Amino acid sequence: MNGKTIPIRADREPSSAFEYITTKKDELIGWARKFSLFPYPFVTACCAMEFMAVSSTPYDTDRFGAALPRFSPRQADLLMVVGTVTHKQAPILLKVYEQMCEPKWVMAFGVCATSGGFYQNYAAVAGIDRIIPVDIYVPGCPPRPEMVIDGIMQLQDKIARSSHPIITRDF
Amino acid sequence: MACPIFDTLRQQLVPVAGPATLSPGLLAFTLTPAELLPTVQRLKGEFGFDLFLDVTAVDWLGQEPRFEVVYHFYSTVHKVRVRLKTRVREDDPSVDSLVSLYGSAAFMERECHDMYGIVFRGNADLRPILLYEGFVGHPLRKDYPKQQEQPLVPYRS
Repeated sequence: MNGKTIPIRADREPSSAFEYITTKKDELIGWARKFSLFPYPFVTACCAMEFMAVSSTPYDTDRFGAALPRFSPRQADLLMVVGTVTHKQAPILLKVYEQMCEPKWVMAFGVCATSGGFYQNYAAVAGIDRIIPVDIYVPGCPPRPEMVIDGIMQLQDKIARSSHPIITRDF
Repeated sequence: MACPIFDTLRQQLVPVAGPATLSPGLLAFTLTPAELLPTVQRLKGEFGFDLFLDVTAVDWLGQEPRFEVVYHFYSTVHKVRVRLKTRVREDDPSVDSLVSLYGSAAFMERECHDMYGIVFRGNADLRPILLYEGFVGHPLRKDYPKQQEQPLVPYRS
């Protein structure tokens, strides 16, 4: 067969057909993934009340496909860090993050997870981004449910726009 | 607050436990560390103060003796509280443990040891309870730097 093969190595110049297929593939997979966020709630503090409010009927994150919490990090792809993370908890947070399979995203829910908030002392970690990479920040003490929903929608946009390698780094 | 048990305590304890002052709802004694354990034994055995509420400390940085250890007791018989305060020095911040009298004291003394470094003689288990193994210093002492962190996980650069 003399059919044109799809170059999947980075050192070759990608053809326009390859570019087209890659873009459409990313669009398709991004569309699928953004509506199937399975959150793992890493809930440590008072923001949990707001998390319960936002995930239950009146605000209903199920509209965004992000309603069903998975209580095993191996089944989740969105780590929602809800509340203050202390230095004593930091190794647990890191272990949970490392147990999650790719692709995975992290939401810092509330100002303590975002930056430490008003805690500047021996106990609190000043922002979980010192330990794990964070995709979306939702500040507020606690954030309004509308802010959380806005954060989820921005994360969906980010997922839809990003590339989704499924076979190699380039495809 | 007129309370007969307070009058009894004043008569009985002031000669041994030192001066007493009446705060709203409780009677406070200031005593030396050596008098602490006998006084608590009498409070529990003779006067019915059967509930140990808390032990904490105050760091009077710059004063000597530096630390003030504060105890609170409650009587489920008389429905009143008693506070005991004693001062310990910085170079030997130790008082007698109350574990032999109140089992719950074990955990509160661990916390006080965590935060202020007070050593409770007779408490066999003074491991960190709120802090973690490897934490250096006592964070609620006034000379602990306010923003000094001791992370367990290396920070991402």
